[in-house]
Amino acid sequence: MHYLFEPGLLASGPVRTALLIGVVVAVTSGVIGVFTVIRGQSFAGHSLADVATTGGSGAFLVGLNQFWGFLAAGVAAAALMEAIGVQRRRGRDVATGVVLGAALGAAALFLYLGTQQTSTTGASFTILFGSIFVVSADTVPVLIASGVLAILTVVVLARVLLLTSLSPDVARARGVNVRLVGAAYLIALAISVSLSAVAIGAVLSTALLIGPAATALRVSRSPVKAMAVAAATGLAATWIGIVLAYDSYYWPPHGHGWPVSFFVVVLVLAGYLPRPRPVARRSPHEGAECSPA
Amino acid sequence: MAQKAMPHDLAPAQEAPTARDDGPGLLTLDGIGVRFGGRQVLNDVSFTLSKGEFAGLIGPNGAGKTTLLRVILGLLQPSGGKVLVAGEQHLRSKQLIGYVPQKLVIDPDMPLRARDVVSLGLDGNKLGFSFPSRQRRALIDQALADVGADSYADHRVGELSGGEQQRVLIAHALISRPRLLLLDEPLANLDLKSEQEIVALLGKLAREHEIAVLLSAHDMNPLLHVMDRIVYVANGHVATGSTDEVVTSAGLSRLYGHHVDVVRVHGRVLVVAGE
Repeated sequence: MHYLFEPGLLASGPVRTALLIGVVVAVTSGVIGVFTVIRGQSFAGHSLADVATTGGSGAFLVGLNQFWGFLAAGVAAAALMEAIGVQRRRGRDVATGVVLGAALGAAALFLYLGTQQTSTTGASFTILFGSIFVVSADTVPVLIASGVLAILTVVVLARVLLLTSLSPDVARARGVNVRLVGAAYLIALAISVSLSAVAIGAVLSTALLIGPAATALRVSRSPVKAMAVAAATGLAATWIGIVLAYDSYYWPPHGHGWPVSFFVVVLVLAGYLPRPRPVARRSPHEGAECSPA
Repeated sequence: MAQKAMPHDLAPAQEAPTARDDGPGLLTLDGIGVRFGGRQVLNDVSFTLSKGEFAGLIGPNGAGKTTLLRVILGLLQPSGGKVLVAGEQHLRSKQLIGYVPQKLVIDPDMPLRARDVVSLGLDGNKLGFSFPSRQRRALIDQALADVGADSYADHRVGELSGGEQQRVLIAHALISRPRLLLLDEPLANLDLKSEQEIVALLGKLAREHEIAVLLSAHDMNPLLHVMDRIVYVANGHVATGSTDEVVTSAGLSRLYGHHVDVVRVHGRVLVVAGE
């Protein structure tokens, strides 16, 4: 037991905070992520993450809590994406080649200037790849509130989002404002990405958003089940990641814990890979469509 | 297959106007014109569909069939003319129209069972969650049974064949009890047997539920025995009437603006370009 679970894990304040943040992030990412995969918006999620990096490093430069930087940049990017139509092919090209490049370039500048100013080289790493152990306990209520807001948005829009994913034209014909719904959803996505960025870093945040959701969609038949499975999978990856990172303090090189985000993304990958695609559950009546109605 | 009495709260279409539509017809298009970037795509399209009438919207690819359906649905603003559904211009008519869009690509990973798709037809345009109830389930089961899709009600739609998906989408469109059903190329990409079954099903639904059906297709042959009316689109113009009235060499040549021959072989109709 000693080797699996180093003593003092749950007595540590930062670990308890980390475990709590893990719950908020995994549940939010699970719920939002399922819709992200259904709507084919993984690319949008990743773009938001890249732009959030700029916001996080900007916040670091001016000495603000990085979550606000992630959030502000993410929401602004969501609005921008809606404007350039990132769902269209041409919009994607513009976003990838121009906007995301510029965003990460600005992040490089902010991180360079920030680390020069404060001589804290660890900050770049924290923003890019996350460090769930250094999040201050004061931030937790804000994270919880943001997560709840994102989840509520998606719950209220759930049916409309599903109908729109099935066919935007059918939704439009029935009076749904598809564009408005899409914009509201992108904002919820931006919040979710920001939360994930706090936990495992801006660059990796999509892993927690898309990975568990993609795994869940292979095994669940209804959206509600998929969300529950995605949240549980993400939570398992995050918590086990936290425990392993805590333990790794005693691994080589001795006295330096490995990053939590490394463990989380590896566990997300491990959750996705082994499951073979389920054989479509089609019972013996394979040709039933031919029977007289 | 008798129509079941609908619980009031689940039957939005029932509150819609019912008394006044027997006069002018369920769907009236009056002088519809559509212009895309300076090009006139449709000119002066006028026709009327009555309750329970089955109409085929026939024409070659690119003739403007989808455009016309989009105008009726209110997805596209015509440059001229008006559309009346049950005597009303668009605002309140949305729930009177059921719509089956042109081939959907549904990923097998999409976590929607056939019954979920039908359930979205009931209230997928509303905010919030729908809570399962016995009433709701019975309604969905009935809609699935009406289209003969009950045996795969719990399968993911993405895993169903093209013909099965069409049935589910028809149930989705019909569960809100529309008065008018629009289908955009529902027979495209179907094997012959599914094609015949879907046509027979739609003919039966139109009769039993007294729904006006407007179905677009580039080939009229599968529809010949069910169509009450043909709406033939070509060259931006429309000719309408019974198949025998409309589909003649003289009539279609006038419509196309060049000579075409209409050939009838074994009860099938071929339209071929002539000299």
